[in-house]
Amino acid sequence: MNFLLQLLNGLQIGSIYALVALGYTMVYGIALLINFAHGEIIMLGAYTTVFTIQLLLAQTDLPYFVAIIPTIVICTLIGIIIERLAYKPLRNSPRISNLITAIGVSLLLQNTMMKIFGAQARSVPSIFHAKPLDFFGAKISVTTVVTIAVTAVLTILLQLFIKKTKYGKAMTATSEDYGAAELVGISVDRTLTMTFAIGSALAGVASLLYVSAYPQAEPMMGSMLGIKAFTAAVVGGIGLIPGAVLGGLILGIVEALTRAFISSKLSDAIVFGLLILVLLIKPSGLLGEDRKEKV
Amino acid sequence: MSRNKRLIYLINIGLVLILFAILTILEASGVFTRYTMSILRLVCINVVLATSLNVTVGNLGQITLGHAGFMSIGAYTAGLFAKGVEIGGQNGYLIGILLAGICAGIFGIIVGIPVLRLKGDYLAIVTLAFGEIIRVLIEYFDFTGGAQGLNGIPRMQNFSVMFFLAVICVTLMYSVMTSRHGRAVLAIREDEIAAQSSGINITYYKTFAFTLSAFFAGIAGAMYAHNIGTIGASVFNYNKSFDILVMVVLGGMGSFTGAVISATVLTIVPETLRQFNDYRMIIYSLLLIMVMLFRPEGLLGRKEFHITKVVDKIKTKFGKHSVEGGS
Repeated sequence: MNFLLQLLNGLQIGSIYALVALGYTMVYGIALLINFAHGEIIMLGAYTTVFTIQLLLAQTDLPYFVAIIPTIVICTLIGIIIERLAYKPLRNSPRISNLITAIGVSLLLQNTMMKIFGAQARSVPSIFHAKPLDFFGAKISVTTVVTIAVTAVLTILLQLFIKKTKYGKAMTATSEDYGAAELVGISVDRTLTMTFAIGSALAGVASLLYVSAYPQAEPMMGSMLGIKAFTAAVVGGIGLIPGAVLGGLILGIVEALTRAFISSKLSDAIVFGLLILVLLIKPSGLLGEDRKEKV
Repeated sequence: MSRNKRLIYLINIGLVLILFAILTILEASGVFTRYTMSILRLVCINVVLATSLNVTVGNLGQITLGHAGFMSIGAYTAGLFAKGVEIGGQNGYLIGILLAGICAGIFGIIVGIPVLRLKGDYLAIVTLAFGEIIRVLIEYFDFTGGAQGLNGIPRMQNFSVMFFLAVICVTLMYSVMTSRHGRAVLAIREDEIAAQSSGINITYYKTFAFTLSAFFAGIAGAMYAHNIGTIGASVFNYNKSFDILVMVVLGGMGSFTGAVISATVLTIVPETLRQFNDYRMIIYSLLLIMVMLFRPEGLLGRKEFHITKVVDKIKTKFGKHSVEGGS
């Protein structure tokens, strides 16, 4: 029974990783950029959630999960601003400049928040109040169920959006070849901004779900979460929507099971060890296709 | 040619000695306080760190984000050695430092051989993962002091020893990188496939550069451990690796002079900004973004600053004048 509970635990944190990994994988797929600031968008989202609940929703009768609306709006806006100010001017520069800029943006957001709100964590009351569900005698919290369900729905919607709509197809085309996409009338600028916006909106959802699982916000919370989510995206095969979700869930489950049955101290080492193992056996990730380099 | 080279060496050695003399005089005359000297010792450590990362990032052209991992291995090796085997004094210090370098180098080979098959961002994320694994393992085991860290490492804060150690390290790395082996590494950076077709053993030279880099990171770690006396694994997390990378990138990837200058500046400036401590990291990160936006190749790009070139320039200018004067 304990095993089953830990599995569900893993699925819950794995779903959050998956949502964050979706943002990484979309941005990487299209802009070939490890957006190190993505974790900080989660952090900003968490602060938005916390402050919306503390300052607004606590005074009204509205349910706390309404905080999702400002959270998504803020995250999306910040994602777009970062893309426009920091990444767009560097589109044709070497990859390492982009990577360093991303690290710079990440440090900037962390330290600005640290300056404004201090280093200590801010906590919130729990977001989902309903009683735990009875599931074959085991108690499962509503947060777990909501997290897993929301992730599943959003992944399917995102996959449909990319495969079926004009905008989604434009994104796929842009990720294949900027020049050719431009030639068939796709605005590369707009597509990139849209990718960042969607990724950041998903990060907004992820941050509310994260806060509902671990009810606090602090300036440094984003960096480790971000790195793990990127790890998940790489494990699943970067640039692929199903890959990000698969990677996220695997990572979450491995982490939860290690914490419960082996050692809570070693869980990070085992998660990163998994990444190294996968990359050495299949460098393109679990679902990725191998590409030969052409001369 | 060889005479010219000898002259260059003599000039450089002379300049290093003059710099050392100036610093010593300033210390002896009391212009430099103890605090200033502690910053200067940090500069020595960071110069070794930045130049060692420059070997991988600048010369080999591979991004690694796990440099702090090698540094921590060096620091712990030196710390455990100094505490376990009690050879005091400078001999013990130097043996410990060498041992730290060798240990980090061995880890460099172990990590490098599998990891260097990957490229670009994949390599970056895997080295980051390795750095974190090393950190977690150090915190997990007991012989390393666990999460409390290692205390009571014998202090070694002799500035002249650290200064010359840094000079020797930088010189060694620079001469290896300008040697035949170094040119092979540069060829890999420029074009891997072309390098391979001209008979360069890619795996060997990639591992070679990576190991060299790890070796000197280990030495820097050992210097750090002896300088500060207390080490904890949490210091060597990925933020430390980012810090070192920032030094290399701002100085110009592939330029040893750039790495030395930016390591010096980036160590001294944050210390002088201490009164604005709250804004220090904000300014630092803004600076980083600005440099990338307006001068993405870094301060010096891939150029090196040679004193002989300056002499040559003055000579040609002087020569022109004399010609004009003659006519």
